[in-house]
Amino acid sequence: MTDMLTDMAKALASTPETQKKKSNGALAHTLYVLRENPVTALSFAMFAFFLGSALFGPALVPYDPLATNAAVALQPPSAAHWFGTDNLGRDVFSRVIAATRLDLVISVAAVALSFVFGSLLGAIAGYRGGMIDTVLNRILDTIMAFPLFVLAMGIVAALGNSVANIIYATAIINLPFYARLVRAEVNIRRDAGFTQAAKLAGNSDARVLAFHIFPNALPPMMVQVSLNLGWAILNAAGLSFIGLGVRPPTPEWGIMVAEGANFIVSGEWWLALFPGLWLMLAVFTFNLMGDGLRDIVDPRRRT
Amino acid sequence: MPARLKAVSVRLAQAVPVIFGVIVISFLLTRALPGDPAVQFAGPAATAESIEEVRRALGLDKSLPEQFLLYLGQLARGDLGQSVSTGQPVLSELAARLPASLELTLFALILSCAVAIPLGVLAATRPGSLVDQLCRILVTAGVSLPTFFTGVVLIYVFYYLLGIAPSPLGRLDFIYLDPPHVTGFFLIDAALDGDAETWFAALKQLILPGLTLALFTLAPIARMTRAAMLSALSADYIRTARAAGLDRNKILYGYAFRNALLPVVTTLGMVFSFTLGANVLVEKVFAWPGIGSYAVEALVVSDYAAVQGFVLAMALLFVLLNLVIDLAYSAIDPRFGTSAR
Repeated sequence: MTDMLTDMAKALASTPETQKKKSNGALAHTLYVLRENPVTALSFAMFAFFLGSALFGPALVPYDPLATNAAVALQPPSAAHWFGTDNLGRDVFSRVIAATRLDLVISVAAVALSFVFGSLLGAIAGYRGGMIDTVLNRILDTIMAFPLFVLAMGIVAALGNSVANIIYATAIINLPFYARLVRAEVNIRRDAGFTQAAKLAGNSDARVLAFHIFPNALPPMMVQVSLNLGWAILNAAGLSFIGLGVRPPTPEWGIMVAEGANFIVSGEWWLALFPGLWLMLAVFTFNLMGDGLRDIVDPRRRT
Repeated sequence: MPARLKAVSVRLAQAVPVIFGVIVISFLLTRALPGDPAVQFAGPAATAESIEEVRRALGLDKSLPEQFLLYLGQLARGDLGQSVSTGQPVLSELAARLPASLELTLFALILSCAVAIPLGVLAATRPGSLVDQLCRILVTAGVSLPTFFTGVVLIYVFYYLLGIAPSPLGRLDFIYLDPPHVTGFFLIDAALDGDAETWFAALKQLILPGLTLALFTLAPIARMTRAAMLSALSADYIRTARAAGLDRNKILYGYAFRNALLPVVTTLGMVFSFTLGANVLVEKVFAWPGIGSYAVEALVVSDYAAVQGFVLAMALLFVLLNLVIDLAYSAIDPRFGTSAR
């Protein structure tokens, strides 16, 4: 852990040349991890694909995801409609790709919220200890005492049925994981040698906490973020599957599976299969990325 | 053993603040309803006077702490409010539908434990083998599966393509009569009644939703079993047992497995939490008449008392279950209570 200090010292004393060398090191390490573990490389490629779909998908898809065309309703996959068409003649491929943006926005926003507030609460509780710590732990215990998806349902029902509230609900149910993790990581380091050295050097508590202790919690946090993005997508899709948040005709994976499920018993499989498959792939990507990220950001492996 | 008794009572006492917290949160959720709760509870056809009446009846004209005391009083009497859509008390509706959900959940958990625990043990005893690879694939794929999607795929394959599953509508095909109500679990009731035909019909309806839930819970249980078994097998007492020349099965099942069971049981508690959430989705897919689909129906018609009653009931069920699991520790773990503070 003292290498954090030397790192800091190096960063302060670094000339442009050593800076360049350092970023090269990080890049080389990333490339090394990707080469060593092709599955991680694959997950990063898939992530890039989903990111591309979210950014450019709505502009690139062949059909308007909302345009209905009764003449081509319920057609199986073909050259013109890769994923077939739904009961209103909308192109399923265009809808699946266009939905990426909304699903990613919901999960990233929810995870970002729980990351920021969870870190803040956990860091303060872990650093100060005492009363604040006890109270926070009690509150987190209470949240964890609910089956999380059920709590999310209750929160959305109470706050109102909207996409923003789905994001808040997902953020609240994920908050305890971050707060606990940061609390534990901060707690074991608050009396460590490098912390005391940093304090003796005249750094304020907030500065020591933010720049000396908190970065140590980042590697496990990155893994948590990646896994959590998967859960958050599943959670949001599950909520819209039961009719919360996203309203038709907005394209979203969960609601598309829900609409497609009505046609599965009559054999129109493509309506539900493709959005479900995309949802599954997205979650799979985030789960695989979790392990890959851990190898990349772990400071002990950066030497 | 007094030490054990003390540890058990400490654990029981720990549950009290959690239950209190759960009640506070569910109270806040009921009072945080969009707009005016009185308007919501009075229903769509309410006049200004009837809203005012509901407000007084619900005690909404009082201060928040007073309202909380009233809420506690209602809970103590088992009053979760009235469902706006059906006009029935929420508690009796939940109680009537709970056995359907529990039957599904327990069936799925037993199914997935029966597969996941042997799989995890085998994977741990033969690291790098085919079983280990299979375990790894199942674990990674399993956590990525959206339950509602698995359910839809299973319906398509087994009902539409192969035609071997019954139509995914409820607990029993309409040509059968419900077995006489004893426990509310159709499998148990039909068995008690000695009605083999109904028993098989109920089992057939149960298999697909059960399988969907089981696939979802397989991954965490298998992963935990494998990890716990690996760490138990590398422990010193196993080395000692091997050095003492105990036979392989005794080491594996008598010592390693018994110790590995503890973290697995803990995981089961967490898995149960996921399952209760996933239940809602699976019940919707299979039109299963449990409390999950009750809550979904209530959400659709904005029946808030029913939804909040459901959330509270689920949370209490989960707290109770965690309590049972921790107490089960005292039966499994011989060290339990020896270090109790």
